[in-house]
Amino acid sequence: MKLTKEELNQLAFLARLELSEEELATLGGYLNRLLESFEKLKELDTEDVEPTSHTVPVCNVFRDDEVKPSLSRGEVLANAPAEKDGTFEVPRIVET
Amino acid sequence: MVDNELCKLTAHEITSLVKSKQVTCREVAEAFIERVSSLDDKVRAYVTVTEDLALSQADALDKKIAAGEELPPLAGVPWAIKDNMCTRGVLTTCSSKILYNYKPVYDASVVQKVAESGGIIIGKTNLDEFAMGSSTENSAFFTTKNPWDLERVPGGSSGGSAAAVAADLAALSLGSDTGGSIRQPAAFCGVVGMKPTYGRVSRYGLIAFASSLDQIGPFSKDVTDCALAMNVISGRDPMDSTSLDVPAPDYTKSLVPDVKGIKIGVPVEFFAQGVAPEIVELVWRAVEAFAVLGAEYKETSMPMVDYGLATYYIIAPAECSSNLARYDGVRYGLRSSDSSDPLTMFKKTREEGFGPEVKQRIMAGTYALSAGYYDAYYLKAQKVRTLIRRDFERLFEEFDVLITPTTPTAAFKIGERAGDPFAMKLNDVCTIPASMAGIPAISVPCGFADGLPVGMQIMGKPLDEALLLRVAFAFEQATAFHKQKPKL
Repeated sequence: MKLTKEELNQLAFLARLELSEEELATLGGYLNRLLESFEKLKELDTEDVEPTSHTVPVCNVFRDDEVKPSLSRGEVLANAPAEKDGTFEVPRIVET
Repeated sequence: MVDNELCKLTAHEITSLVKSKQVTCREVAEAFIERVSSLDDKVRAYVTVTEDLALSQADALDKKIAAGEELPPLAGVPWAIKDNMCTRGVLTTCSSKILYNYKPVYDASVVQKVAESGGIIIGKTNLDEFAMGSSTENSAFFTTKNPWDLERVPGGSSGGSAAAVAADLAALSLGSDTGGSIRQPAAFCGVVGMKPTYGRVSRYGLIAFASSLDQIGPFSKDVTDCALAMNVISGRDPMDSTSLDVPAPDYTKSLVPDVKGIKIGVPVEFFAQGVAPEIVELVWRAVEAFAVLGAEYKETSMPMVDYGLATYYIIAPAECSSNLARYDGVRYGLRSSDSSDPLTMFKKTREEGFGPEVKQRIMAGTYALSAGYYDAYYLKAQKVRTLIRRDFERLFEEFDVLITPTTPTAAFKIGERAGDPFAMKLNDVCTIPASMAGIPAISVPCGFADGLPVGMQIMGKPLDEALLLRVAFAFEQATAFHKQKPKL
């Protein structure tokens, strides 16, 4: 199975990457080789095997719902590329 | 004492000089900063040197000493921190353009613990961008050099942290390991490196790559220092709900040179993955040394090793594509100047901010998680992951530890594999299985091949770091590889 150019473009869109033609060509070659290497896993029968998402036997970690200080607005915005009126400024998302 | 000699000491030697008032913390900090400024142009271990922070931490400790206060366990020990761990007010770049200006407003839990233990933070070390790579060549800034041969890579992704300790530019350092990123550079640079059990050390403030695999661990000049560093960083942290609620033992209790009756398994598949003959020989020689010390060993088989790479290269990119979705130019880091509308901002920021390896992994992960392919790739890989875990469980019914090479080859030349991502990935073939199973593993120096250090990997049962340290310590006491230093 080989990825088509349309599929690559769609993937790049899903990943929000603007890729040049050259990058797409290199990535296509790489991904196709990678997918080929995954074929090896088909050798294994995993029909009745439970998946492992985490290796630790931990689930539903609860804590008391206590009010504690959190980051100040100034700290939250300290790394903002653009800031306005104490909020993150972004390009317009709603047409007026 | 000549400053240069101070830098060559281990962490436990430095802290005992500090505690016995033979040297001040300021003298320690100044000696290391001096060495970094004269030598790091060659090695390039550090992305950022935190001179002011180091001196203020040193002065605060010296005040405590002057006031006769009780000192923290590792007072005066200089540390280097991989640049994917948050340091408050100090650049934390992940060696990526997309975080070129990021100054966290909080410390990672491990950074806080290092400070509380009396550590002096010398700087932040270079890595492959977002910890994706095996050589530091994927750093957006520069490639770190191997202190043993400046034309070779230090390994990666924690190459800067490994090189810093090997070149005496820090006494201890922290790295992170997702598929081998502590153990492989430790082997390449001739130092000790431990990947603890998943959940043993808090990941709070570690910038995420693959969350089900990432684990922080130390680099050190000897096993004693590794145990001391593990004492500092281990334990439950309410800020990381995957950190295990299991008390960490005092790892220095493991520092006894006794392996009598220990059962060592030697899984042959790890020696067949294109491992260089001289490395096969050195690791076997180490195994036989254990027999002389009273341990028992036996060859065994772990067929699932052959499926590790493929499994890893589905799971890690899948988790990476999800984790790295947060870099959108809104809250921190780079924002493209071409941000006329939100979609353009996202796409251009990510196009300009990420390097080729990161883009490859995001694309691969996006594919593996996309509708219609999830079952065939991600779910399949998670099921194979279960089979890998079972293989380990089966072996650990019979053996206490498993010994293998850490890497198939010694350090390779800069540029030698940069063009071929598949050749690069083979580096991790011996380290990936332990990552998949979440078990602890340590790499310790076990000899030299053509003047380059070689590492032996010792893997153990979940939470059995103490036994790994004991086995490693016994080997170190019987050998002198760890005492050799690169000529710089």
